[in-house]
Amino acid sequence: MQRYSLLSLLRHGLNRHTTWAPAWRSLPLRERYEVIVIGAGGHGLATAYYLAKEHGITDIAVLESGWLGGGNIARNTVTIRSNYMRDASIPFYVKSVTLYEQMTRELNFNTMHSRRGMIDVIQTWGMMRDRRRRQHIMDLHGSTYEQITTAELRRRIPALTGGGAEARLPILGGFVHPEAAVNRHDAVAWAYARAINAMGGEIHQQTPVTQLMRGPDGRIAGVVTPRGVIRAPKVAVAVSGHTTTLTETVGLKLPLRTMNLTAFVSEPVQPLIDVIVNCPDAGFYLSQSDKGELVIGGAPDPGQSFRRDIKQTVFEDTVSAMLSLFPAFKGLKMLRQWGGHLDIAHDASPIQDETDVPGLFVTAGWWGGYKAIPAGGLTLAHLVATGRPHPLMAPFSIKRFRHLDYVMESGTTTAR
Amino acid sequence: MMLIPCPFCGPRTESEFTYGGPVRPPRPDPARTTDAEWVAWLTEVPNPLGPVEERWCHLRGCGSWLTLWRDTRTHAIVGGPQDAG
Repeated sequence: MQRYSLLSLLRHGLNRHTTWAPAWRSLPLRERYEVIVIGAGGHGLATAYYLAKEHGITDIAVLESGWLGGGNIARNTVTIRSNYMRDASIPFYVKSVTLYEQMTRELNFNTMHSRRGMIDVIQTWGMMRDRRRRQHIMDLHGSTYEQITTAELRRRIPALTGGGAEARLPILGGFVHPEAAVNRHDAVAWAYARAINAMGGEIHQQTPVTQLMRGPDGRIAGVVTPRGVIRAPKVAVAVSGHTTTLTETVGLKLPLRTMNLTAFVSEPVQPLIDVIVNCPDAGFYLSQSDKGELVIGGAPDPGQSFRRDIKQTVFEDTVSAMLSLFPAFKGLKMLRQWGGHLDIAHDASPIQDETDVPGLFVTAGWWGGYKAIPAGGLTLAHLVATGRPHPLMAPFSIKRFRHLDYVMESGTTTAR
Repeated sequence: MMLIPCPFCGPRTESEFTYGGPVRPPRPDPARTTDAEWVAWLTEVPNPLGPVEERWCHLRGCGSWLTLWRDTRTHAIVGGPQDAG
């Protein structure tokens, strides 16, 4: 792998940037691998990366139906944080935030990590109690939440002019989560792909999996694609949204529903907001990208959906919620909108486990899975390589449903 | 926005309705079912890539409940399970 540095930039610059080697190769598809990872999104790539790095398994094919970095890793709001509620969740997300912070250096690729912090705008006493409770639980696990007054909140977010005493829900205060950050989603995908390639793993784009295959012994045997049958004793499904579509091809049912999560961005404007603003009572969140666009997200639509655009009803609800706190944004023009489809488990927490089909692993239910990418890949690689769950992911086994032992997580951004 | 046919009021916009979730199979008799079947009924819902049967309530209208088939790929209201939208 050619290393990126100031020196290499200078050297290739002198050659008018014509001498850079490709960041990854496109190799011919083979008939057999040790591990197949379905989905070259964040979780699939991170899994392949840690399989090679931590466990020395390099005979890997990552199969992607579209193009690298074109799935849900490009359809989120790049928020990285660990302000969760449950003892099971917080250590996992603390680890993920740490891995994200080290990613630029570890992968020698600038992920543009910007630790700008997140401020929750609290407008009901119930939410205030919820955040205080979270603050205490997070304290136990090394994540930070700090309460601030309304005056301090308005000082830190000058654009926030709504929510005054005359409003239906006046602002009561705020909570700051300093570890929260945003980064560049394409860089994360490309950095992982480059590292996987350097260690000998293969990424095959335009290779959709249409069916899983079981052997006569009931174990997973491989996958069917339009490019032919590919065999492997271990298959990991990391396809957010389409998990049940794939597992049902081997008769496996999972407690997942596919839903649409909405986001949209405004035209670029001057630097205006330097934190991630989350308004759980109003039901939206936003941050400003380095290009100046406001990246805005709302609550998911409750209906099942495999569509990849946003629903008019959700868009209107989110915009009206935003204008109640940021009335000046009425003049903003919206540039783009998109929806990501994600599968939500029955208890709204992720599922990462080996299924009832031996050798078939799933990582699913990532409602807000972007922040979980590095730790989710680390733990799935551990499970695939050793057959035992990683301690950070052990509570998120699929077996929890057998005992109705739910992990009721309400730490998702817009959960109300 | 979807135009949902209310049996009482006729076609109305989606914003008048609340979503009631996909139609589940009939509730098993707890006295005659195994734990695994019970858990499956509680937690596993139909999640098809295509038409799904679901419940809606005309909450901001007449209050009627209705059942319809909707294609999860397009959000088009369709006639039945075989009818792709």
